[in-house]
Amino acid sequence: MAIDFPLLSLLLFMPLAGALVCLVLGMGNSTAPRWVALLTAAGVFVVSLLLCLLQTPTAGWLFYEDYRWIEQFGVRYTLGLDGLSSVLILLTAFLQLLAVLVSWRQERAPGVFFALLLVLEMAAIGVLLALDLILFYLFWELMLIPMFFLIGVWGYQRRFQAAVKFFLYTLIGSLCLLLAVISLYLLHGDQTGTYTFALEALKQTELSTTQELIFFFCFMAAFVVKVPLFPFHSWLPDAHAEGPAAGSVDLAGLLLKTGVYGMIRFAFPLFPVAAQKTLPVLAGLALVGLFYAAWVAYQQVDIKRIVAFSSISHMGFVILGLAAWNQTAWEGSLLLMVNHAITTAGLFVVVAMIEQRTGSRSLDQLGGLWKSHPNMSAFFLLFCMASLGLPGLANFAGEILILIGVFTVKPLWAVIAVGGILFSATYTLRLVQGTLWGNNCEPHDKQDLHSREWLVLIPLAVLVVALGCYPQPVLDLLREPLSALLLVGGMP
Amino acid sequence: MYGNLWLIPFFPLLGAIINGLFGKKIKNEAVIGGIGTLMIFLSFLVAVQNFFRLIGDTEKVHEIVLASWMTVGNLQVNWELLLDPLSAVMILVVTGVGTLIHLYSIGYMHGETGYYRFFSYLNLFAFSMLMLVLGGNALVMFIGWEGVGLCSYLLIGYYYEKKSASDAAKKAFVVNRIGDFGFLCGLFILFWALAGHGVWTINFVEIAANAHLLEAGGALITIITLAFFLGATGKSAQIPLFTWLPDAMEGPTPVSALIHAATMVTAGIYMIGRMNILFAMAPSTMMTIAIIGAATAFLAASIGFAQNDIKRVLAYSTVSQLGYMFLAMGVGAFSAGIFHLMTHAFFKACLFLGSGSVIHAMHHAYHHAHLHDDPQDMRNMGGLRSKMPITFWTFLLSTIAIAGVPLFSGFFSKDEILWWSFGSTAGHPIFWIIAVCVAGMTAFYMFRLVFMTFFGAQRTDPRAKDHIPESPWTITVPLMVLAFLAVVGGYVGVPKILGGGNHFGNFLAPVFGPAQELHNLNAHGSHALEYTLIALSVCIALFGIYMAWLMYMKNPALPAQFTAKFAGVYRFVFNKWYIDELYDFVFVNPCKRFGTFLWKIFDVRLVDGIVNGCAWVVKGVGAGLRYTQTGYMYNYAVAMVVGVVVIVGFYVFG
Repeated sequence: MAIDFPLLSLLLFMPLAGALVCLVLGMGNSTAPRWVALLTAAGVFVVSLLLCLLQTPTAGWLFYEDYRWIEQFGVRYTLGLDGLSSVLILLTAFLQLLAVLVSWRQERAPGVFFALLLVLEMAAIGVLLALDLILFYLFWELMLIPMFFLIGVWGYQRRFQAAVKFFLYTLIGSLCLLLAVISLYLLHGDQTGTYTFALEALKQTELSTTQELIFFFCFMAAFVVKVPLFPFHSWLPDAHAEGPAAGSVDLAGLLLKTGVYGMIRFAFPLFPVAAQKTLPVLAGLALVGLFYAAWVAYQQVDIKRIVAFSSISHMGFVILGLAAWNQTAWEGSLLLMVNHAITTAGLFVVVAMIEQRTGSRSLDQLGGLWKSHPNMSAFFLLFCMASLGLPGLANFAGEILILIGVFTVKPLWAVIAVGGILFSATYTLRLVQGTLWGNNCEPHDKQDLHSREWLVLIPLAVLVVALGCYPQPVLDLLREPLSALLLVGGMP
Repeated sequence: MYGNLWLIPFFPLLGAIINGLFGKKIKNEAVIGGIGTLMIFLSFLVAVQNFFRLIGDTEKVHEIVLASWMTVGNLQVNWELLLDPLSAVMILVVTGVGTLIHLYSIGYMHGETGYYRFFSYLNLFAFSMLMLVLGGNALVMFIGWEGVGLCSYLLIGYYYEKKSASDAAKKAFVVNRIGDFGFLCGLFILFWALAGHGVWTINFVEIAANAHLLEAGGALITIITLAFFLGATGKSAQIPLFTWLPDAMEGPTPVSALIHAATMVTAGIYMIGRMNILFAMAPSTMMTIAIIGAATAFLAASIGFAQNDIKRVLAYSTVSQLGYMFLAMGVGAFSAGIFHLMTHAFFKACLFLGSGSVIHAMHHAYHHAHLHDDPQDMRNMGGLRSKMPITFWTFLLSTIAIAGVPLFSGFFSKDEILWWSFGSTAGHPIFWIIAVCVAGMTAFYMFRLVFMTFFGAQRTDPRAKDHIPESPWTITVPLMVLAFLAVVGGYVGVPKILGGGNHFGNFLAPVFGPAQELHNLNAHGSHALEYTLIALSVCIALFGIYMAWLMYMKNPALPAQFTAKFAGVYRFVFNKWYIDELYDFVFVNPCKRFGTFLWKIFDVRLVDGIVNGCAWVVKGVGAGLRYTQTGYMYNYAVAMVVGVVVIVGFYVFG
């Protein structure tokens, strides 16, 4: 189904336009950029919400745009939107809106800051829409740049090391991806005579198993780093710890998702045989990472790092679900990814608030916030409970579907993963105890939540409860796209 | 017909939300406490209504689907409730005892900061527990299951400024999580096993209907039930996961009564009852349950001997009584187990609340005299019966009930368990011997408690001793109601041999009968034997009381002589068999050390080291190149050459 009005391009270029306006207005005015950013983000959110509501639970592209672009290389500007991408785009738009609100008091070069946030949003949306591999790669790389500067310029003391580490990791992954994309392009061109980067066409390329494996590894190199999957994770805690609050929200909410999206939209369908062969490896790394990150999280003193490691642990769960390769687990994985983004964003937001009020992020120095800041603490507790998988709250629904799905294929994996749920309780409760309970902290700012903070936290909290009690709307959107993607791979 | 069933969990949820969101603004204690109590009381009324409907109904199992939760593939999970005789009994106990505890809390928590918070948690707890018992499928039950875990976490850690309280709360949650691991594994294996036969369900009624697809006595069903049983040991504080319960006494006393008498700890028993068909199919699991139950009952009772904190004695007593219930489940006496669950809820709630009344009074007296003595230490009490007559009499009646003195509620339920543990097809005389010993021990340490607290000379500091008041009516009324139930509550289930009709057992028969018949679980034996056993158990209970009287009334110097003579044994028992220390040594500390290793050595040195090493190499090579070559072009050229080589390589070797 195609609609004449280029809605997808609108969605894509709205943030870019907003970013430019931010830059221009930011030169002389320090409050204008944030309003521009807010309006832009709100606009994107409304459009993406509309796109979700327009979705019918059928397979295929609801919206599709295809234009010539660089003809001599067969590069096209192809965008497509189905249930899967619309859910993730909605999530992106929602979190970006909150990221703008969280950074409302940004005083250091606000024009550039908000412009970068919007560029990041555009890049993330582009990744989720692009169906041409070069276009995809372009957006993929584009995500890197604003994030690099957000961490490197607006972060904490060790921001530069963190930014470089982030850049290095992801760049190496991306280069592998580029190499594989070009090789695949040439190979396909040689076979068929038409040189194209279109995803659908490239799926038809005939590859030997060895070739598939090599290509697959190159693609996955880019994706597992972004997820991040153990042992390619060590950039994430630093990036979180040193980055600004909005950066953490975006990392957890936008960037991490693109890794998983890349796997199921590109890597798995392009190289199904290789994917099937490597699933056990993937599952193994996911399981190890699940425990490993939980274990390390328990040792952390910096509360932001605890949340960062918990994020790695949860993403291990997501990847495990993918490795199970069935409908239940996949829907669970995607659901958990969405829910985890919301929960983790909530956690990072409150962590930033705690730091603002106490000037500390260390468990050794914090404590007793329940007494001084009851409302803020109540939200923190809610997000923590969601994060440790309390039934009825967001994460649980995803986790249980993953576990059921995994169990029907590999019972042992699932049993081990259930153990991971146990571990999530230990570090999360340590986090709660160290921040909320006790009585040993004198916050210099006694103000509990103010109105803008309420505005950020309430939607997150409502979603955490709503998605926990009734995740069906999301699952409905995911069902057909995922089952189509599963079919491509086929069951071994 | 049962369309209003959803109101039962809904009212407490509403109360929790109202008090949670607006309690701080309401401020007025009477309004806050009134809302909390009213909500659970409304639930109680609806529960009573549904209970009587069910009694009059010929159809005993009713499923009510409220809404869909998730649908994925072949699996549909609904928000659904299940009303059958088992859940009907449970909702009555939970809401009934719950209402009294709420009422009690109005007076007990007077003046506490965070009064609204307490009632909000209490209501939320009741909601969770009601979801647990009414849940029509395993996941709705699991919501309640984890919900009570959360609420107990919040309530045990109610005095969150105290490190010991927040530690105890964390311990309770984490230990329960270990149990949850079992529950979830059991659920998944069961789901997987049934799915293998084409049945995709987690609904209890459907599970029961399709249980025959699994091989009775097979390895699979044994693993499933053992996993579920692990879950039950967490919630119901059995070996190996009982250590959280005594620590949980850090919470305010009404919490102890609610969590440890009437609700949370009974969840494990209830769950086994709910899945009795599966358990009946696995004799080895049943045997395990009986052994664990008997062992826990004995272990906890022995620890109860040596404790001086009034609430801790009751805590170990709870663990011990729960062991009794598990023993009942293990020998197939499902309805006896649930029966004891109910009578125990009455007398144990009364005991906890009574101890709260004492602590409240002691606290008041010490506060008045500006002293900082421990208001929970029984060595500071004594002779309180004249000061607090209502508390004393209700406490005494409940103690008689728990000791198993004939004609009181505990006697009937305990005796049925004893009989089954001896005469059941799944029982064994050894179970009976252990259980009867524990009965004697229970009588001993409970009367030790009564004598130390209410009788003898008053050992309270002279400056405080004249300021010990009787508690206000919101405290004493629940005590009187519960004491009344503790006395007469057993008459609903008087066994046939004692001239009763065993209405309780008959009412539950539709739930437990099929499994018991199918797997030949019944108690058999001559009447003469049964009478003899009853007489023996009564004698032993009376002997326990006599010993307590001898040691703590007649000759108060005796206990000191005993502890001096058996110092090693005493220390061992006093320190709770060093089980906490053992767990720390074997599990907790190695886990922590391994975590430190992973982080400090593996993550920071190895993973990061490799990355930094790469960066260093790149930097080094770059620096080297800068010295030997002129500009950037070279780097690009190298990159291009490398790229081309790789791509060509694909064609040549691919």
